[in-house]
Amino acid sequence: MGLVESGKMPKSLTKLLNMSRRYSMWVYQWGLACCAIEMGAAFASPRYDVMRLGVIPLPASPRQADFLVVSGTVTDKMAPAVRRLWEQMPDPKYVISMGSCANCGGPYWDSYSVTKGVDQIVPVDVYVPGCPPRPEALLEGIVLLQERIMNEDMAERWKGDPIVVE
Amino acid sequence: MSITTENEQLAYIASQAADARVNVEVETDEGMTLNLGPQHPATHGTLRIIAKLDGEKVVAAEPIMGYMHRGYEKLTEVRTYPQVTTLINRIDWLGSFANEVPFILAAEQLMEVEAPPRAQWIRTILFELSRIANVCLFLGDMAVQVGATTPVFYAFRDREFVLNQIERVTGGRFHPNFDRIGGLKDDLPKGWIEETRGALDRMKSFCDEMEELVLGNEIFQARTRNIGVIPGDVALSYGLSGANLRASGVDWDIRRDANVGLVYDQVDWKVWTHPDGDSFARFWVRLQETREACNIIEQLLGSIPSGPIMAKVPRIIKVPEGEAYVATENPLGEMGYYVVSKGDLTPFRVKIRSASFSNMSITPWILKDVFVPDIISILASLYFILGDIDR
Repeated sequence: MGLVESGKMPKSLTKLLNMSRRYSMWVYQWGLACCAIEMGAAFASPRYDVMRLGVIPLPASPRQADFLVVSGTVTDKMAPAVRRLWEQMPDPKYVISMGSCANCGGPYWDSYSVTKGVDQIVPVDVYVPGCPPRPEALLEGIVLLQERIMNEDMAERWKGDPIVVE
Repeated sequence: MSITTENEQLAYIASQAADARVNVEVETDEGMTLNLGPQHPATHGTLRIIAKLDGEKVVAAEPIMGYMHRGYEKLTEVRTYPQVTTLINRIDWLGSFANEVPFILAAEQLMEVEAPPRAQWIRTILFELSRIANVCLFLGDMAVQVGATTPVFYAFRDREFVLNQIERVTGGRFHPNFDRIGGLKDDLPKGWIEETRGALDRMKSFCDEMEELVLGNEIFQARTRNIGVIPGDVALSYGLSGANLRASGVDWDIRRDANVGLVYDQVDWKVWTHPDGDSFARFWVRLQETREACNIIEQLLGSIPSGPIMAKVPRIIKVPEGEAYVATENPLGEMGYYVVSKGDLTPFRVKIRSASFSNMSITPWILKDVFVPDIISILASLYFILGDIDR
């Protein structure tokens, strides 16, 4: 599209594309520890029901997912797998870090085997604090992510350096 | 990564060699190798299982764990006694309150303090409520693993009512951190007993629902009957505990046979066993235990004694020198803490005997000569929680 390469994008088109992306997101759930159960409650329980936000849980593979929820303690043994899964996701992709452990190490801040913060491995868009956060808090995080997607400038995103596959 | 010192170099080489070893084992053997996990819905978290297959049959299976190792035993050495409960809540995250109790009982044993009767009653009630919250999810999840999606929605729906009750007392939906050395943090709020009765009625109807929906289902029976049979003597020799042991026909329950500090002797209840030892039996025993837990709580709710909820303990807790081991029957099985104290603010050493670790040790034996789809149903029926295995 010539419009994009020139760095100009009609505002209405940006809005339309962002709106469509915002309300049709597949979420890949990376359930690791306690937070996985709260995430399960948010995604699979009728009381919280994430689908009313336009988010569909349980894709068959990370290659179909739009954003990733890292919920729980990331250990040093697990970290390479997290990175690898994130790399398999197609762009544009987003990450929500759920719970204190994924944010900064949480109660295991002085442990020898825990990665203090998943943001050392993958870029994180939204942090949800709590130990574990309530399902409502995760839903709030998803809403924040949707707002962020809505305000995104598509041209800026596409103008960046070309992707090189090594 | 830049390698500077000799130690780092050696560590790097060792890690590369370990990787290569796993890969060689995977590749050189005849037949196909199936890798389950570390992220697989059926493994309840981050367990990895490498299975060597001959056609559809598993020749050998090896669990690889440690993906959730958080170093509990080391961390408890640098936390004071009241701080430890915050941490050990998160071992078995589905039944959090049950994790605190054995540690607190061990510390009380060392300090020679006994909680007042009211505190013991409330402890037992919360202990059983966390058992319901834990096993409830198993009842839904087991059905998911054999292909029925609906029960898990019911499980999540009805579990919320139990969690609400725990939250109303403790303030924590998931990790209460409510138990104190010498008693409890707070008393029960007003109107709680009546509301809990309502929640228990809800759970009982959930159990009936599960019995009709899952247990009587022909497909479920075909997938679980005579699958993953563990004879009683094998179960004992592998150190299985809890419902897995009772489903193999061994009549052993710590709540009845070696009870410490909780008031199970004040109630009229029954230990359920099943002679078969297959996946179906494990499901059946857990279902009956959920009902029995409702029964226990209902009896206890009617007979809570009045009085204080805290014994007299010093403000700064220093545990005198000594050793103590206390085990309780947690939702997953026997969970025990061996606490060694040197008279400090912090424990000198804590050895955690968690149920899932022993329960999972049987997987290489039990996964031999089963079919691939049965791996999932057997793992689900053994019911372990990864935080409880790796700690």
